[in-house]
Amino acid sequence: MSAILNDETKKVLVEPLVTNNPITLQVLGICSALAVTSQMSTSLIMALALTLVTACSSAAISAIRNHIPSSIRIIVQMTIIASLVIVVDQCLKAFAYDVSKQLSVFVGLIITNCIVMGRAEAYAMKNPPLESFMDGIGNGAGYSLILIIVAFFRETLGSGKLLGIEVFKLTKDGGWYDPNGLMLLPPSAFFIIGMIIWAVRQWKPVQRETVEFKIMSIAHGEGGHH
Amino acid sequence: MENYISLFVKAVFIENLALSFFLGMCTFIAVSKKISTAMGLGIAVMVVQSITVPANNIVYHALLKEDALSWMGITGVDLSFLALLSCIGMIAALVQILEMILDKFFPALYQALGIFLPLITVNCAILGGSLFMIERDYNLGESVTYGVGSGLGWALAITVMAGVREKLKYSDIPAGLQGLGITFITAGLMSLGFMAFSGIQL
Repeated sequence: MSAILNDETKKVLVEPLVTNNPITLQVLGICSALAVTSQMSTSLIMALALTLVTACSSAAISAIRNHIPSSIRIIVQMTIIASLVIVVDQCLKAFAYDVSKQLSVFVGLIITNCIVMGRAEAYAMKNPPLESFMDGIGNGAGYSLILIIVAFFRETLGSGKLLGIEVFKLTKDGGWYDPNGLMLLPPSAFFIIGMIIWAVRQWKPVQRETVEFKIMSIAHGEGGHH
Repeated sequence: MENYISLFVKAVFIENLALSFFLGMCTFIAVSKKISTAMGLGIAVMVVQSITVPANNIVYHALLKEDALSWMGITGVDLSFLALLSCIGMIAALVQILEMILDKFFPALYQALGIFLPLITVNCAILGGSLFMIERDYNLGESVTYGVGSGLGWALAITVMAGVREKLKYSDIPAGLQGLGITFITAGLMSLGFMAFSGIQL
């Protein structure tokens, strides 16, 4: 076990969770993070699908990395990723038809999800297959973590349920919770991710961005005459 | 004709790719710092979208749809599962060709749009447009309208976003929210604004 879980593997598995999260820091793969999170079940399926595709495509691309001419590497990567996504899409249609209908085009859009391409380009092209596979799992997990947090808030606050099971009793059934309709609408995902980013950067100030224009205090500033 | 106008308005405002389906968000957030670059990217997306959606429509209806190969005398073949692969291949190829044509014949335009073209291949708005076209079963005329409309809607959204962000950089924002965080909140507010269109019946 210790041979598999060496320092490098541990680093690529753990780092993308918070310190180098694909969504909140690298700004990759946001589209689907926003669109599928109104329910926990769709988010879980999406997170699983993306993690699988990222891990497998990274491993496959890394295995043939020394044979890909660099001028056509994007097309080669695209083809590998697209084939994997087709497999996932067909599996979902066969075994989870309802979820696949709800996810609609977003399963197909894993192809252009920047996390998959980004990891292939940034990591898998330079590292051996096993590490690349782990890196894919790690980044997929970072993405899944954000997806699950967002879906948790949106589903519980928006419909008082979690995974379809009642958590808060709604007022219309004689309970106390009045569902917040905004949470089911698309904009709420933006607000929640914005808040998550704020929380993470409060916790880890290294990730804060440098300010372009600073507010001058008038007492010490140059324009301080009245 | 009325059908096309309502489809166009719907694609631009009501079903705006960026703000109600969140497609192309990565570039939407990353390239919306300046109005001029945002506009350049917006126009490039519009051009590519108006070409790729009809092109994918032709390929899908001529080759991939169930029984589409009957004109070759082959029946009972359903290749629609290949749609994902053919769409992305088509987009990558068309963007490459467009880049070469612009470079050769319109150098000035290439200078302005050239840097954005490679970004566009991996823009989900482009692939999303084609996939929506397949899912909703548009014919050729409708897909041209939808391609132009959805591209225009995306361009509009990113330009407005860049305008807001240009003003926003002078404001006093809590340190952790600076940059990416406030951009998300802004996008959320804009998306709320666009939701006002969703009540319109066409």
